[in-house]
Amino acid sequence: MTLISAQNISVGYGANIVLRHVSLAIDAGEIITIVGPNGSGKTTLLRALIGAIPPSEGMVTRQKGLRVGYIPQKLHIDPTLPITVERFLRLTSGVKPSAAMPDLAERLIAKQMTAQMSELSGGQLQRVLLARALLNTPQILLLDEATQGLDQPGSAAFYRQIEEVRNQTGCAVLMISHELHVVMSASDRVICLNGHICCEGTPENVSAAPEYRALFGTGTAGALALYRHEHDHHHDHDHDHLSAHNDTKAAESC
Amino acid sequence: MLDDFMIRAALAGMGVALAAAPLGSFVVWRRMAYFGDATAHAAILGVALSLALQVSLFAGVMTAALVMALAVTMLAGRGFAMDTLLGVLAHSALAFGLVAVSFLSGIRIDLMSYLFGDILAVSHTDLMVIWGGAFLVIGLISWRWTGLLTSTLSEELAYASGFDPRRERLILTIALAITVAVAIKVVGVLLIAAMLIIPAAAARPLSRTPEQMVIIAAAIGSISAVVGLQAAYSLDSPAGPSMVCVAAILFSLTSLVKTIRRI
Repeated sequence: MTLISAQNISVGYGANIVLRHVSLAIDAGEIITIVGPNGSGKTTLLRALIGAIPPSEGMVTRQKGLRVGYIPQKLHIDPTLPITVERFLRLTSGVKPSAAMPDLAERLIAKQMTAQMSELSGGQLQRVLLARALLNTPQILLLDEATQGLDQPGSAAFYRQIEEVRNQTGCAVLMISHELHVVMSASDRVICLNGHICCEGTPENVSAAPEYRALFGTGTAGALALYRHEHDHHHDHDHDHLSAHNDTKAAESC
Repeated sequence: MLDDFMIRAALAGMGVALAAAPLGSFVVWRRMAYFGDATAHAAILGVALSLALQVSLFAGVMTAALVMALAVTMLAGRGFAMDTLLGVLAHSALAFGLVAVSFLSGIRIDLMSYLFGDILAVSHTDLMVIWGGAFLVIGLISWRWTGLLTSTLSEELAYASGFDPRRERLILTIALAITVAVAIKVVGVLLIAAMLIIPAAAARPLSRTPEQMVIIAAAIGSISAVVGLQAAYSLDSPAGPSMVCVAAILFSLTSLVKTIRRI
């Protein structure tokens, strides 16, 4: 059963087209990872899937009444807005969390219900966002580089929680990630994006694909990929390579 | 009882404070302070229009404020930064308004009363318009409360939960225009933004949830209105500015509370 599908969509901001002719279907229970360099349109694709930007071409179809759990890249809560974790969670469903919250969500937040959202640490905030996404028992979880700003153990713990959620509820998961070595193994399908879909398939297939190697280097284990970002992405010429180059510089300076 | 001009004035001030509380909170949370200013400045143009066309002041001001707010919303993000755009539009609207008013020969207008309000001259009809507008604003905002709050936190979260942040923004814009239109008689064009922002800002240190902040802002606004009027009466000072002064003093007191709590 298809939860969300995109048919041949092109998406952009004004004259700047970020995604060209992307088609994608997410079935119930599937785990899909989207990888791609900075500026490759990963976040734009996710925004188009949740309906935040209309595609300039093509169509996005969501199943009627689809329950989406969305975890943004970063949530900046302005300190001028007072809101406790408890109130933030209650925004979702209108029910009291203690009555309806799945055990897992409850465990995620533990004792922070009365804390102010703007005072949470990065890891705590991500857990609250995950708990919020779980409240309406979503059929699909969408994660946009949800571990940005977390350290290695922090993000590993976060992905373990996602995996636990998915095993308990059987929801589909679509995530964007830079951390190939963490997410590749758990995914049913990997989509390699760079303005268009370069290649897709099982993690093994994708990591062996020439397009993927062109983008992420030949260190196929993935862990090395970030540090071996080659400049030879040649199979398509419409793209601005600047962002990929900047990426590389940043990686080299580490 | 309503025949006493002081009581009418107090009721008018409280009506504006009630409408300004939820709206002012959103203005503070969404960093739209200057947006409120721009809408209010357009009101002078509205005053000129309503006098020239001989329609009601409320209708004229409301239209001008709405057009201004919609223009800002539509032009935003097209080449100019928001603050530049608001600076251009707000002051042009004020300037055009002042010039337009000067062309209205035959009608003697007390410009000061539109710039700073004339709360002591509030009539029964004015009172009805003010409270009607206040209920309309409160109704609009409570109807869309969850959607407004979610889109203020994050537009993406709002989309994913099935809200349309653009529609919520439009609702705020309309509410802002209504508030400006009802508040012009009470505090005047130049101080409307103050009545929006200062009570909400003063409520922030005392509140832990958005709802608390709105209720406390409403209380602070009402206290400012009543105490400001009394001060104006006994000190023979202008009423609108006196109300804003009381709000400002309350703001510094609650900020002090926050600082003391930190130590």
